[in-house]
Amino acid sequence: MSETLPADGLLGLSWLLIALPLAGAAVLLLGGRRTDRWGHLLGTATVVAAFVLAVACTFQLAGLEERSAEVELFTFISTGELDVRAGLLYDPLSAVFVLLITGVGSLIHIYSIGYMAHDPARRRFFAYLNLFVAAMLLLVLGNSFVALYVGWEGVGLASYLLIAFWYTRPAAATAAKKAFIMNRVGDVGLALAIFVMFAQLGTTSYAGVFGAVGTLAGGTVTALGLLLLLGACGKSGQFPLQAWLPDAMEGPTPVSALIHAATMVTAGVYLIARCAPIYDETPTARAAVLAVGAVTLLIGAIAGCAYDDIKKVLAYSTVSQIGYMFLAVGLGPAGYVAGLAHLLAHGFFKAGLFLGAGSVMHAMNDSVDMRRFGGLWNKLPITFATFGLGYLALIGFPFLSGYFTKDAIIEAALDRGDVWGWVLGGVAVLGAGLTAFYMTRLMLMTFFGRARWEDGVHPHEAPSVMTAPMIVLAVGSVGAGFLLVSAFPLSGWLEPVFGEPEEAAHVVAPLTVGLVVTAVMALGVLAAWLFVGRREVPVTAPVRVSPVTRAARHALYADAVNESLFMRPGQWLTRALVFVDNRGVDGAVNGLAATLGGSSSRLGRAQTGFVRTYALGMLGGAVLVAGALLAVTAG
Amino acid sequence: MTETLSGAETVVFWVLGPIALAGALGMVFSRNAVHSALWLVNTMLALGVFYVVQEAPFLGAVQIIVYTGAIMILFLFVLMLVGRDSSDSVVETLRGQRIAATVLGVGFAALVGAGIARATRGLTVIGLEGAQGEAGNIPAIAERLFTDYLLAFEVTSALLITAAVGAMVLAHIERAPGARQTQKELSRARFLTSDRPQTLPGPGVFARANSVAVPAILPDGSPSEASLATGIEPQEPDEMPRPTGREQFGTPDAALGTTEGTPSAIPGGREQ
Amino acid sequence: MTLTYYLVLAAILFTIGAVGVLVRRNAIVVFMCIELMLNSVNLTLVTFARATGTVDGQIMAFFVMVVAAAEVVVGLAIIMSIYRTRRSASVDDANLLKY
Repeated sequence: MSETLPADGLLGLSWLLIALPLAGAAVLLLGGRRTDRWGHLLGTATVVAAFVLAVACTFQLAGLEERSAEVELFTFISTGELDVRAGLLYDPLSAVFVLLITGVGSLIHIYSIGYMAHDPARRRFFAYLNLFVAAMLLLVLGNSFVALYVGWEGVGLASYLLIAFWYTRPAAATAAKKAFIMNRVGDVGLALAIFVMFAQLGTTSYAGVFGAVGTLAGGTVTALGLLLLLGACGKSGQFPLQAWLPDAMEGPTPVSALIHAATMVTAGVYLIARCAPIYDETPTARAAVLAVGAVTLLIGAIAGCAYDDIKKVLAYSTVSQIGYMFLAVGLGPAGYVAGLAHLLAHGFFKAGLFLGAGSVMHAMNDSVDMRRFGGLWNKLPITFATFGLGYLALIGFPFLSGYFTKDAIIEAALDRGDVWGWVLGGVAVLGAGLTAFYMTRLMLMTFFGRARWEDGVHPHEAPSVMTAPMIVLAVGSVGAGFLLVSAFPLSGWLEPVFGEPEEAAHVVAPLTVGLVVTAVMALGVLAAWLFVGRREVPVTAPVRVSPVTRAARHALYADAVNESLFMRPGQWLTRALVFVDNRGVDGAVNGLAATLGGSSSRLGRAQTGFVRTYALGMLGGAVLVAGALLAVTAG
Repeated sequence: MTETLSGAETVVFWVLGPIALAGALGMVFSRNAVHSALWLVNTMLALGVFYVVQEAPFLGAVQIIVYTGAIMILFLFVLMLVGRDSSDSVVETLRGQRIAATVLGVGFAALVGAGIARATRGLTVIGLEGAQGEAGNIPAIAERLFTDYLLAFEVTSALLITAAVGAMVLAHIERAPGARQTQKELSRARFLTSDRPQTLPGPGVFARANSVAVPAILPDGSPSEASLATGIEPQEPDEMPRPTGREQFGTPDAALGTTEGTPSAIPGGREQ
Repeated sequence: MTLTYYLVLAAILFTIGAVGVLVRRNAIVVFMCIELMLNSVNLTLVTFARATGTVDGQIMAFFVMVVAAAEVVVGLAIIMSIYRTRRSASVDDANLLKY
């Protein structure tokens, strides 16, 4: 971490990046129906303005010698030993994310103008999108873990609101709750990590924590790394918290593109990359990151092969690709840049793919069932072209973005040079083949073959306000990889953050890796053509399938595992606690009260009101006393 | 210092002891409250004599004068106020009360009796001659009372005053000021609001009969309903049996008076 | 004959008074029973005064009489005021203070 300077000039205005979309959200949410007519334009304008500002800021940053600037805003919490200052940190890593968020965000806002044109609640949609952009920018711009946490929860809230945007659909409401709750699991990990930082180091700012992390005990650092990983897994839909992400596709498609593909779900990658100084100290936590990435990569790819829902296939693809990124950042210094490059490239082509899927759904009366698509390539030419470019970029077709960035990850894995390097590299290559298979299957089922449309479906190309962002993204998909890896190396740009990129001794020559990966990719495409393209696609999914397919269709039983491991025991525990509370605690309290009440009402019967009865009691007492006295004196 | 008492005292005890006991039992068992009070007087008189016998002539006098005289008269006074006929019914309303009371009473008496017997075995009589000296009982009591027990004595006077005031407060019936009319107000009300300022006519006045059942005859000869006592069926003089001459005097019908004779004669009177 | 006879007589009178309090319902008679109990205690006091050779016991009995007089005055006033409002001198009728 290099020295940071107080920001001046345009960088001093970087708080506007957050304030602009936040103001947009506030105006749209508080303005009510008065803003219905121009709300979507305002929402788009704030994000575009933020993008312009971000570009300007980044140019200024590039001119700075330190390439890092901090903006002190105000004191957030100052109590006792805790002194949390709200401030922004504009460094190359933040800049990359800010550009991605505002850039892709702008495109998707523009796209949404067309996509949501007929929705009565379009203003609310743009308000939530603006809220999301503001929160996400705070997440990546904050200069402390507390600021990051505020943004972290903010994007969780926005994600919840947007998944449940059509809250009258039970499926959407349930999916939103599922996403929110599974995110909470991760958030707890992040919160605990922040608590540990404060307890052990007394500070939560990046500079303070990373400067002092070397002084911590090894176990503490490992715990910190694992807790942060838990938070990252929750937000990024990684194993074992991956189940919410496919369900989140219940939200509108632009949401899926922006939040659940390009930006928010990559926050976990950002967190781990940002915490590189912590992970540098703890090989255990880094190995855990690797394991999570590798497992998720395969789970996502396998599940993606079986679904017929176009958005779910893309969602599992996202899960799988983020698995690649985790794998990369888990590799340590060798992988950070590769992972972030893949993240950026993925942001382009996955957003493009989702927007294309939205365009297809738009054309097919909002159907998502690929078995009822087919033969759309000449009906939706622009969508087909942009989607196809995204597809090629994703599967790693030579010289498109995926090729550069994915190969870099696989190379970095192999460069570990040990057995694990081979295993991880193998997994990554296998994942590449599976990616090629399921994406080709998706392409074939959607755009080729016989038309299997439902009655009354008349596909038409989307309006230009929707196709324009798709074209821009397609261009990005094609060129991003080359730009980031070769023409304008990301490694150089990120050097102030991650240090000098060291020239690794390649275990396998890059050319060999490229050839092997391309071959595996071709195998996947061929397999898909053999299974899907050659034959007629049935309109209903076959029931008699192999156990592997059945498992894949259930996303490898992630929900069942969650249910049996966490939900059922939780319910049992709750029921047991309720039982103990009702019978044990309440029973004891109520029983005591009932005993006292009953005995007092029974004893109250002795209060007859008759003086003579009381006098009888007194005489009885006198007899007892006399008898006792006599017994004592006689004894 | 002796253990046994003199023969005369023994006689007195065995005469008055049963009387006191009988008085106590009679008080408990007589159904009429006045009888109970009288039985209690009996017991108290016997106790008073016991006090005198036991070298406490002052207390004996007080017992007879204050207790038997004043307090029991107070009891009787209240009994008369409350009503002599409010005697108890013999039915016991509380279940088991009599049996329990009897059992406990017998048990208590047995226990206390046994305790006394144990405690006073060999109890000697010192007698008060030493304590009283030549002056006698009353100066001895006075000496102690106005020296050692002065404070208690004074406090007792406060207690008596308080009790007297308390009894007055409790027994007093509050009347609002002016609720009781004066003689002047009463007569003014009678003359101003009533048609009849004078007293009501007596029955039989100027009538031919002097029975209470016969209305008075007004100066105009008509009978006056106002003269009749309430609750008596009025009798028409004409319907009454008509005794003649002197027979009516001293006969069972004499009470009805005569219907004969001149108005100047004394009605119902003896013939001149 | 010894002084014990007086004491036993006092105990029996006391017991009769106590039983009378329990079995009689007329408040005035109950009061009389209480007077009987006080009197029996007085007899005991006088007897012990004689036995111990001091007049203190007699003074105690004197105070008991005074207190009893005060108590009778107040108690009878209470009985009268109760009778005035409830038209009854039975102790069983005044039984409203109960469960």
